[in-house]
Amino acid sequence: MDLRAKLALLADAAKYDASCASSGTEKRDSRAGGLGSTEGMGICHAYAPDGRCISLLKVLLTNACVFDCAYCINRATSNVPRARFTVAELVKLTLAFYRRNYIEGLFLSSGIIRSPDYTIEQLIRVARTLREEHGFLGYIHLKTIPEAAPELLAEAGRWADRLSINVELPQVASLKRLAPEKDLPAIGGAMQQLSSRIAEAREAKRTARRAAPPRFAPAGQSTQMIVGADDSDDRSILGKGAELYEKYGLRRVYYSGYSPIPEASSLLPPAPPPLLREHRLYQADWLLRFYGFGTEEILSGGEGGMLDLEIDPKLAWALKHRAVFPVDINAAPRELLLRVPGLGARNVDRILAARQEGRVRLADLARLRVPLRKVAPFLLAPDHRAAPGLLDSPRLRAMLTAPAGLGAQARPRQLSLFP
Amino acid sequence: MTRGQPGPPEDAAGTREGGEAGGAGAGRAAPETFTVLLPSYADFAAWRAAARKLLAAAIPPEAVEWRTPEDPPGLFTGPPPPDAVGPPLAVPRDFVEMAELAVRHADRERFALLHSLLWDARARPGLLRTPTEPRMARLGAMARAVRRDAHKMHAFLRFREIDTAEGPRSVAWFEPEHHIVEAEAGFFVRRFAILRWSILTPRRCAHWDGAALAFTLGARRADAPAEDAAEDLWRTYFASIFNPARLKPDAMRAEMPKKYWRNLPEAEVIPELMKGAEGRVRAMLGQQPKAPGRRQKPGAK
Repeated sequence: MDLRAKLALLADAAKYDASCASSGTEKRDSRAGGLGSTEGMGICHAYAPDGRCISLLKVLLTNACVFDCAYCINRATSNVPRARFTVAELVKLTLAFYRRNYIEGLFLSSGIIRSPDYTIEQLIRVARTLREEHGFLGYIHLKTIPEAAPELLAEAGRWADRLSINVELPQVASLKRLAPEKDLPAIGGAMQQLSSRIAEAREAKRTARRAAPPRFAPAGQSTQMIVGADDSDDRSILGKGAELYEKYGLRRVYYSGYSPIPEASSLLPPAPPPLLREHRLYQADWLLRFYGFGTEEILSGGEGGMLDLEIDPKLAWALKHRAVFPVDINAAPRELLLRVPGLGARNVDRILAARQEGRVRLADLARLRVPLRKVAPFLLAPDHRAAPGLLDSPRLRAMLTAPAGLGAQARPRQLSLFP
Repeated sequence: MTRGQPGPPEDAAGTREGGEAGGAGAGRAAPETFTVLLPSYADFAAWRAAARKLLAAAIPPEAVEWRTPEDPPGLFTGPPPPDAVGPPLAVPRDFVEMAELAVRHADRERFALLHSLLWDARARPGLLRTPTEPRMARLGAMARAVRRDAHKMHAFLRFREIDTAEGPRSVAWFEPEHHIVEAEAGFFVRRFAILRWSILTPRRCAHWDGAALAFTLGARRADAPAEDAAEDLWRTYFASIFNPARLKPDAMRAEMPKKYWRNLPEAEVIPELMKGAEGRVRAMLGQQPKAPGRRQKPGAK
């Protein structure tokens, strides 16, 4: 198989992993030698027609795999053709793409071949060759195999910016059924190992006097959960996510709507991916991390452990907690302003700055490009008071979701594949 | 500048009293308009020095025309403002950061907008901390536009490698919206110090020889190489990483607007990927679950 055919197959095999982040690592630059730089901010070098960012060369070393996960195109019993990159091929491809400014670096994953130790050794060889033989300073994300020996995990973290282990399914029962070889306790154990090594390296760096201490995955670890492959509700997905953030200090939890694959397993009939549900989970995850919401608070906006698909989770929460509103834009503390539907964290900070210099009016918010129609019912301002009874009106939800002129097109809906 | 004064009239009105007498004008007839000629289109240090002088001489924004060598010549050129030394003006750090970005904006009123904000801030220092004030909101929008342009340059610039007498050289053609080439050349030095490269744009070109940066005047698209051997593999990657079951062309275009496509080698396959998506998804959704294949043996290639 020629290089181009391998690339087509092994990139296709990697595309169901949602992560493509290249942010949050240490600063590096090539003026003292080497090739590449990282400056903290991730860069999306292209966008595919699926709207997703292409930041890294995201490929598998091989799509051969001894595991038989029903949702995975690369499972042992799937009929897809198999291929494997050599270390030299991957190194050459990464450098060629990087030199032309196509990518920020490499995200390398692999099917499990022979043994977990053997597999991760192959990934490590690619990363080490890039770093040591070619002075590569770009971003490297390595998929980690939970059952691998601790010293191999340690070495992976030396070369990589980020490590990740995918949980894939939040419930043990689903994993048993759909991914029988996966072992949730082993995943937790490996995440724990990574977490303490990441913390140690960070602490060592903070207190280092002279020589730089050995590095370990400065961009931390992340994971992914598949949405819609099993019967897990949003409560169990968000709950699992919150648990992982808290226990292992994960940088990101990715939610990946289960997408139809060629060669689907009979256990998982193909269906269009639940894109809107995935979107709501990301919004909820954001509220969890940056807006001071708890999991149960977010879920209280929906019904029966599921988020409201029609409206975003912050609006859903507000509509069920109307007694909290209206909020006085000139008096409310930051935490309360963050709860106003339509007010983002950055604009909340701008409002707080403007408040130092005088009264803030609704007209000022228009200049910050705040969606006035959405925030107005929930706010009190010197030039604005919502119509009496509006906040308590059963029609409020319908009013806020009704299409209004051109703005309506921007609102996400359940995406139908073939309208 | 007498026309196109940024900001609504009520703000300009408040500025008059401080500047009308024009401290420097005592004893001689003050000209109606001074012209400040900046050495380059985005020279923040030169703008700051000029603005300090204007404030010290109490020359109001409406009495100044700002010009750069890149602007079309004006009908009228006033005298340069008189030299004056005043106390330093303390401004918030955030404002300085925004001003540094805003001077790179293509809007010809950028220098006058900044001057008018500094002018009014003498009487109302809080102005520069009020992001909701109309001129501050405009400044914020300009800074954001420049930052976005820079980010898109880091993202969408594509090098093509050519052989030259001195060895390989990486050459890119890019069309920034704002005056950012000088400011962003450093990003490419930090990243590609080991290469020798040239970034060609319509207004300025940046060249790195492995040790020093040099800038030359603008170039044409035809001056850059037309292809590169790696682009075929890159298009293969772009096509393969796309998931047809998640087709969202609007999301793609929001982040990668069409104006960039003509300089992106991968963009040429976008139409066929979109056209083929529906059929590929129908085939996946309609497939009969197959009997499991033969299980691979551990160690299989």
